[in-house]
Amino acid sequence: MDIEQALEIVGETNPGMVRSHNEDSVSYDAACGLVVLADGMGGYNAGEVASGITVSVMTTEIKHRLQNVSPISRDEATGEELGVALLRENVQKANASIYNAAQSQPQYAGMGTTVVAGLFYDNRVVVAHVGDSRLYRLRGDEFGPITRDHSLLQEQIDSGMITPEDARLSKNKNLVTRAVGVEPEVAAEVHVHGVQVGDIYLLCSDGLNDMVEDEDIGSTLQMLQANLPLAASQLIQIANDNGGRDNVSVILVKVKGEFAAPRSWLAKLLLWFKN
Amino acid sequence: MAAKLILSMDGVVLKEYALNKERMTIGRKAHNDIVIDNLAVSGEHAAIVTILNDSFLEDLDSTNGVAVNGTQIKKHFLQNNDVVEIGKYKLKYLNDQQGQATAADFEKTMVLRTPVGSATSAVKKTEETASFMKTQVNVAPAAMEHEATGKFEAVSARPQAAQHEATGKYAATAPAAVPPAAPVSPAAGVPPAAVQILTGPNTGKELDLVKNLTTLGKPGLQVAVLTRRPHGYFITHVEGANFPVVNGTSLNEHPRQLNDHDIIELAGIKMEFYFKG
Repeated sequence: MDIEQALEIVGETNPGMVRSHNEDSVSYDAACGLVVLADGMGGYNAGEVASGITVSVMTTEIKHRLQNVSPISRDEATGEELGVALLRENVQKANASIYNAAQSQPQYAGMGTTVVAGLFYDNRVVVAHVGDSRLYRLRGDEFGPITRDHSLLQEQIDSGMITPEDARLSKNKNLVTRAVGVEPEVAAEVHVHGVQVGDIYLLCSDGLNDMVEDEDIGSTLQMLQANLPLAASQLIQIANDNGGRDNVSVILVKVKGEFAAPRSWLAKLLLWFKN
Repeated sequence: MAAKLILSMDGVVLKEYALNKERMTIGRKAHNDIVIDNLAVSGEHAAIVTILNDSFLEDLDSTNGVAVNGTQIKKHFLQNNDVVEIGKYKLKYLNDQQGQATAADFEKTMVLRTPVGSATSAVKKTEETASFMKTQVNVAPAAMEHEATGKFEAVSARPQAAQHEATGKYAATAPAAVPPAAPVSPAAGVPPAAVQILTGPNTGKELDLVKNLTTLGKPGLQVAVLTRRPHGYFITHVEGANFPVVNGTSLNEHPRQLNDHDIIELAGIKMEFYFKG
């Protein structure tokens, strides 16, 4: 199945109930299977600038590269699969753009952004993330995060200092240990996950998961999966009904069919021998 | 503003201590940060580790133990107004970050540049701006009874119970309850309401709307969702070629607020929405 028919994607972003402007940016393109969500930070409008740069660098660069080459080919420089290399490299590229802009423009000093991005191809999804924007997956009855936040709280949970239950009471929310654009270099965390027909993927900024319990996010997706745009706006509505203290952004990806990458007869033969 | 401990005995305040160090010890011996010179107190009795705005209390294997709000603890994540008891002494923990920060500081995401541990000085902004507001979380009241009798069934959407039978049964799903630790949902303040089935084999059955979301209808044919929000109940079309009809008027894709005694028609079944009590 063509990837554009295999994936249904919707996205929505909302300033929330307290903030006057929206520092989140979202972008999605079913034709190349790419989804990107960023949550910017920094004074004045610097947060919007940082998240906007990240989303536009990643979408334009990756789309451009995938016009001529397949994501399953090898990247010559790193030996990685191209789809993986593209996400990794372009988070780095966005990092450099933001860092340089912040260095040259005093009003943008210190700006940065989180990012979570997914590239779907060949019945898989490559996920890159930096900071506390998340990717969740609903598969059958199971719902939960696939990414692990780069945050102080997550480190405290990992080290056993605080239990996940107590973490809800922490006053140290929203402290990220990694961000795009604040240092000359950034390492994105990149993983590859197999995709199944029927899966629903949710990318969101912390404005959603800080305001709405995971259980409620999961049951909302489960109940409204037949109507993806309604599910997206419902999630934002719940976050806002609960106080909406931060910008809220969601991207939902529903896998409606298989999307194996097209291969040459030789590649198919080799793959057949490998299995 | 750093959090602080107020030391008292028999209701008399003795001293106030700001938690301005990463680790502070409490004990009888003079080298402790908080010295309580009493034989019921061990040499090194307890320690408090503070990381930015969170403080953790730990019993250092003391002879007589440490209690927080009347319960013996080994380790405890301190919350505003907790009372720590060591012998006859009480230490009240105050950390009213929320009242002290300005609205603009709430919920701002910031970057920590150095590894945790030396975190106190590592925040990009100053201590004052690193104040955060705890967020309210959405909580649904106690789980709905699983009614599997008859064709009209209510299924809790909690994973293990969510065997959504698409066999043409008339199903209603509601989201699962979340653990009781979370604060109360803002939507819990709306008056309770229910729908009662008026036609078909389940005539007379009543469904209490105790969840933030309740879906009604036949999956694959026609489904609508009833949402409970702080300012009332709403019905929205989810799937199917036909839209639900309320008081004889068909809905469009937008939600519609429900009023007392509205009549809903959905998948060939008529039902009445009403407020209870």
